[in-house]
Amino acid sequence: MSEHPPGSHAGERPSVTDPLVTARHEEYWRRNIRYVGILLAIWFAVSYLFGILLAEPLNAVRLPGTGFPLGFWFAQQGSIYVFVVLIFVYVRLMNRLDREFEVDEQEVA
Amino acid sequence: MNVQAWTFLCVAASFALYIGIAIWSRASTTKDFYVAGAGVSPLANGMATAADWMSAASFISMAGLISFMGYDGSVYLMGWTGGYVLLALLLAPYLRKYGAYTVPDFVGDRYYSQLARVVAVICAIFVSFTYVAGQMRGVGIVFGRFLEVDINTGVYIGMAIVFFYAVLGGMKGITYTQVAQYCVLIFAYMVPAIFLSLLITGNPVPQLGLGGVDQASGMALLERLNGLHQELGFAAYTSGTKSTLDVFFITAALMVGTAGLPHVIIRFYTVPRVRDARISVGWALIFIALLYTTAPAVAVFARTNLIGAVSDTPYSDVPEWFTNWEATGLLAFDDLNGDGRVQFTGPASPVPNELTVDRDIMVLANPEIAGLPDWVVGLVAAGGLAAALSTAAGLLLVVSSAISHDLLKRTLMPRITEKGELLAARISAAVAVVIAGYFGMNPPGFVAQVVAFAFGLAASSFFPVIILGIFSRRTTREGAILGMVSGVTLTAAYIVWFTLMHPELNNADHWWLGISPEGIGTVGMLLNFAITTTVSRFTPEPPSHVQVLVELIRIPRGAGSAHEISA
Repeated sequence: MSEHPPGSHAGERPSVTDPLVTARHEEYWRRNIRYVGILLAIWFAVSYLFGILLAEPLNAVRLPGTGFPLGFWFAQQGSIYVFVVLIFVYVRLMNRLDREFEVDEQEVA
Repeated sequence: MNVQAWTFLCVAASFALYIGIAIWSRASTTKDFYVAGAGVSPLANGMATAADWMSAASFISMAGLISFMGYDGSVYLMGWTGGYVLLALLLAPYLRKYGAYTVPDFVGDRYYSQLARVVAVICAIFVSFTYVAGQMRGVGIVFGRFLEVDINTGVYIGMAIVFFYAVLGGMKGITYTQVAQYCVLIFAYMVPAIFLSLLITGNPVPQLGLGGVDQASGMALLERLNGLHQELGFAAYTSGTKSTLDVFFITAALMVGTAGLPHVIIRFYTVPRVRDARISVGWALIFIALLYTTAPAVAVFARTNLIGAVSDTPYSDVPEWFTNWEATGLLAFDDLNGDGRVQFTGPASPVPNELTVDRDIMVLANPEIAGLPDWVVGLVAAGGLAAALSTAAGLLLVVSSAISHDLLKRTLMPRITEKGELLAARISAAVAVVIAGYFGMNPPGFVAQVVAFAFGLAASSFFPVIILGIFSRRTTREGAILGMVSGVTLTAAYIVWFTLMHPELNNADHWWLGISPEGIGTVGMLLNFAITTTVSRFTPEPPSHVQVLVELIRIPRGAGSAHEISA
């Protein structure tokens, strides 16, 4: 908690002029974009792909152990569950990334 | 105690609760009024967001709509939940870091332009007003049906309640009443659903009951319903009739519209930190998903019950609820072939259909159809009111802050004092309540289309410019303004053309590429993206302080509480 990137003041705005800090921030941003890209690919797959574009062929299959046609299940149940999971996965990934790059928020007293 | 007394008791008790909370959580500063002092816990904010989001339409109409649309109803289920993923990953944390009070605030500062701010204010007010009129109407209808008062009297009562806690408490009062309203509405929704699921499938969890076995026939419930549909000449329940392309575009417009609706976005300004904003979206979606995964189950239970109870039944033997709802005009039977039996058939059947059912009945009549105790009916009424009031309050706050903060403080009267601004916020909230009430009593004849309009408008205006404002430093003022204006113009023109000017042409044969007016917001959004990025490339890059601002938005550290960044 006591360590800060050079040029920044504890609890204040990080510097955007120090090239070292800026390079760190850019790496942080690239990692964030990669996470977002992967998670949005899953988001697209469970809703638009399985729930809409491929719903018809998937309906030929039952979700194992239930009476759900698979495409219908994705469209009316499964995609929503996956959406919830995606957000919580992102929260975990980003909390870790924030700490790794020391851009996490200091505890507010 | 009869149904009427139970309903009165449930509604009165819930209203007393809301008023108590409003008195306890009065706003004393503009920061309290606009963003609840930015001190709301992520979990409480998640509940408040869920109540804010789920309107009378979600509570009363959605399950019935799905019940009649079958698979096609998926557009609402995916469309109104998937937008939260976009909010969590692309919008909420960055807007929280920026720490503005309103959406036009961000647009105006990021695009260093008063014109952009004013365009955003107009969009925000228009989107919110179209939406709020429907809520006030919903309040009136619930009062009318359950307490047998005049719809207008119902609207007056609703106005008085919202007036009390929105004007007095601002966002702070709204937030904590919304938490209570969520609890009321979800309880009221789940109780009948669990009863129904037990009755039909023997499984107390409706989400599992939907995929379970129908106890009466021993077949999988969905298979049985598909079979019934085939017999009666309806399209298979699990397949639907809309074109795949249209389903795709409508879903996208609703998702992106959700993520662009100002009353949803500002909820994430109320939490203390960036990381709270992220997780708060997650909580919100859990609370929303609870209702949204139950709705399709309720839809199937209600459909199966309805067909089972009435199809080919002699009119003299129909259950009591049938005649009760017939009296309200929401259910109508016309014995075309004069055989004294109810023929409920679809377009593919040789036998003409004799039964018309208003889709709202599916949720409202559920307790009666399933033979549930009277107090459940009272609970459903209180739940419907909670859903309508909580959404109305959130929307009214957007209108009031757009006027007092964006228009007065940031545009016309920058020298206005804190006290003056707070007073202006209260007055504009009060005026907004009155206007909303007026539209509730005299609804424009096109409320349903207007809701599609609100989503299309939010999708084609705010979403692209906010995303690009965060993710592309190079996006310029000229790009954003032209992008917003062209996206909104295309969307508005398409919707107005088909729903207001030429309703007779509003069918798949005349739509452009088979895209319905509900789905056109997606095209408007793509156009906005294309124009904003292209124009940005050919216009001078944003001033350096704006580029620094974008850098700072991307890093969580140093957020502090919501405040105005002097750009």
